[in-house]
Amino acid sequence: MKNLVYTMTQLSRGVLGVVLGLMLAIPVSAENLTVYTAVEAEDLKRYAAEFNKDHPDIKIRWVRDSTGIVTAKLLAEKNNPRADIIWGLAATSLMLLQSEGMLQPYAPKGLGKLDSKFRDSANPPSWTGMDAWIAAVCVNTVEAKKNNLPTPTSWMDLTDPVYKGHLVMPNPNSSGTGFLDVSSWLQIYGERGGWQFMDNLHKNIAWYTHSGSKPCKQAARGETPIGISFAFRGAKSKAAGAPLEIVLPKEGVGWDMEATAIVKGTKKLAAAQTLADWSITKKANVLYNKGYAVVAYPGVAKPVKYFPAGILEAMIDNDFEFAAVNRKRILAQWQKRYDGKSEAK
Amino acid sequence: MSTADSIPASTVPARGASSVRIKLSRDDYALRTGLVVVISLLAILVVLPLYSLLSKSLEDMDGNFVGLQNFQEYFQTPALLTSITNSLSVAFFSAIIVLVLAFIYAYALTRTKMPFRLFFRGVALIPILAPSLLAAISLIYWFGTQGVLKSWLFGASIYGPIGVIMASCFWVFPHALMILITALSTADARLYEAAEALRTPKWRIFWTVTLPGAKYGILSTGFIVFTLVITDFGVPKVIGGNFNVLATDVYKQVVGQQNFEMGAVVSLVLLLPAVAAFIADRWVQSKQVALLSARAVPFQPKSEPLRDWLLFGFCATIAFIFLAMLGMAAYASFVTFWPYNLTLSLNNYDFDLMDGGGWEAYFNSIRMAIYCAVFGSGLIFFGSYLVEKARGVSWLRTILHLIAMMPLAIPGLVLGIAYIFFFNHPDNPLGFLYGTMGILVISTIVHFYTVSHLTSLTALKQLDPEFETVSLSLKTPVWRTFGKVTLPVCLPALLDVASYLFLNAMTTVAAVVFLYSPETMLASIAVLNMDDAGDIAPAAAMALMIVYTSAIFRLLHALLTRYLKRRTQVWRTR
Repeated sequence: MKNLVYTMTQLSRGVLGVVLGLMLAIPVSAENLTVYTAVEAEDLKRYAAEFNKDHPDIKIRWVRDSTGIVTAKLLAEKNNPRADIIWGLAATSLMLLQSEGMLQPYAPKGLGKLDSKFRDSANPPSWTGMDAWIAAVCVNTVEAKKNNLPTPTSWMDLTDPVYKGHLVMPNPNSSGTGFLDVSSWLQIYGERGGWQFMDNLHKNIAWYTHSGSKPCKQAARGETPIGISFAFRGAKSKAAGAPLEIVLPKEGVGWDMEATAIVKGTKKLAAAQTLADWSITKKANVLYNKGYAVVAYPGVAKPVKYFPAGILEAMIDNDFEFAAVNRKRILAQWQKRYDGKSEAK
Repeated sequence: MSTADSIPASTVPARGASSVRIKLSRDDYALRTGLVVVISLLAILVVLPLYSLLSKSLEDMDGNFVGLQNFQEYFQTPALLTSITNSLSVAFFSAIIVLVLAFIYAYALTRTKMPFRLFFRGVALIPILAPSLLAAISLIYWFGTQGVLKSWLFGASIYGPIGVIMASCFWVFPHALMILITALSTADARLYEAAEALRTPKWRIFWTVTLPGAKYGILSTGFIVFTLVITDFGVPKVIGGNFNVLATDVYKQVVGQQNFEMGAVVSLVLLLPAVAAFIADRWVQSKQVALLSARAVPFQPKSEPLRDWLLFGFCATIAFIFLAMLGMAAYASFVTFWPYNLTLSLNNYDFDLMDGGGWEAYFNSIRMAIYCAVFGSGLIFFGSYLVEKARGVSWLRTILHLIAMMPLAIPGLVLGIAYIFFFNHPDNPLGFLYGTMGILVISTIVHFYTVSHLTSLTALKQLDPEFETVSLSLKTPVWRTFGKVTLPVCLPALLDVASYLFLNAMTTVAAVVFLYSPETMLASIAVLNMDDAGDIAPAAAMALMIVYTSAIFRLLHALLTRYLKRRTQVWRTR
């Protein structure tokens, strides 16, 4: 009998050991807040560190991906949400989630101090803004010269056949930057003119990237001379030593807000509210200003190094309502027309 | 039959034990229980997830059964269909190219007196230490827009089929080489002597003796390379540009659009060529008969200066390309800002400032690889022990063996997406594993199960069944024979399995890309994500960290094996 017992123990050790041993590897922690975000990865550590200086008891679990993917993920998890709060996602995406009834309205402490453009107009608001990020075209001056490419000054310039194969832009289905570009063109040129413009642009595009910063990073490395991306990324790459010129097309540039919203049904509402409160403080806005020229808290913004001049004037009068309501339709249409040239993802 | 227990088992023929009805011992019960447990475990980890994948492909987004509607939609989307031809052609061309190159290389290593054979063999195995992404990244530095040798492409772009085929050839080369070396190592010298005595010209000997002898190895290599390329997704993801293939489509549907149903459909389409190649390979291997009879004389290569030096030139070229691929990635990872600031720095190794999980991802990878090596080799060895040594119940053993063979036919991506559906299902009691390190370890072990299973099975087969019979007659419990005889003898093979699992866990992308969570970010995934964000130099840096780690591990493994061979394998020498 002893043998049998021993053998059985050995057996169950062998088999169950796999499962049980692995369970030990799962970390256990008390107050973990799952935060979905599309903020640039290099900023996340800073955001969490600053927040933890004031609230060391709340540990942030970041789930980061491109705007489109975080949005799709949230929608896919609609019936079984895994996020507690969203900190740093495009306002157009949040408005979409709001219309799906997925956000928990909450008025963070100090809401009155925010610029009124940077909040949901309902009371209490479903989302509060952090900063604005603004489209721009990154042109690698060295490579442009090598390929005899004139520096574009307008969006229309980019449809010139001379740029064929030298142009990269983000896929709006996955990238928030890509979507704000598309939605701004539809607003600038109207529905028909906008698609017409994109048809022509499509002929010049080498490929559509998954990420909104990749086109600018590729331009910075000279991999493709011109990347449609956003101004902040361009400024950063320029600061890293890339021979970039950050162009603001004269028709105006699209933009979107990054914003914060609490996910309805979170089991950690108190902690989520603490983070929402903190996200609109002056301190937080100073943090956002490291990368964004326009932030929600009036009087905080200081000029960002290498940020193109005149960007506030170049921003179009963005119709967020239009963008949010038509988001799904625009993306489906886009995919049908141009997805063949998309990079994987 | 009550006295049957005391029948000396040595009177029972070892293999025919089941034909004589003897009372089952406790050991038999234990081993049978073990069989049932391992079979159920593998059924849960292999068969059930595939079933959830299949059923998901027949559902709409809200989980209603819609029959073949998703497939219909799939086959009406031209962009998705192009991927099928893209995938097939890339895999086909890679298979042909690798087959030719690896055959010549293997021939030079096994059939000639070419100098530096050991060195060439070592260099050709380098790609095993790296994720497939490394090749693609390195090619961008060599042939991309800012590539050093861009002009060599005569204006063609590396982003697309050319890049995918080149990078694929690099990373699958060692896999092809190892099979071909085995195929070419077994030759009967008497055939060659006879051919020479008949004054057969050299080229004729090659066509009529050498090639037919390696026929099955060659076919098998072709199938394996084809499968590896068609199911790999790292390479086309990094260097495919707008050239879409099936593997990237699965990824795009699942991660990019969160369209899990369509992802399930595409992954089933991807499963087809993999299963077809698997079946073809099995068929070819069943045709293989022992080439070496007991009277065979091992072939001893003779020196032939002209041929040897020609082959030396060939091997040197390949080895140089391999070193250049690795070297370029290593160099580029130290360059501050390619191509405008070529001063060297460690900036790109500052992973904590980049997308992709930072240094934590690297340490997670090592942890995961160790878990895979420890738990995986234990489970797999135990499973193969049961297949080989359990007495009677041959049908149970056959079932276990068949399930153990299945993972070879399942692409990592397909296994991954099946795991999402299976483990993330609200009713699954194993759901707690979702998003943990545990699921990464499980999927990696399962993904690489078959080869490990076969390795330990081969080792176990070397042991005469007499050992068990003798110990039965001596009333030695089975676990004691296992611990005193089986385990020590098989230790080198067990270590090989552990090392195989470790290396693959370090480099795999496909098996884990759908399953990682923010806490369990892995180095190989970080490479992928950093490239995705446009940070190609840090991606190269992380890929190299994987190479260094794998290389050190390989070295430790080699030293340990040598030490153990001296301790436990003395009996092999007289």
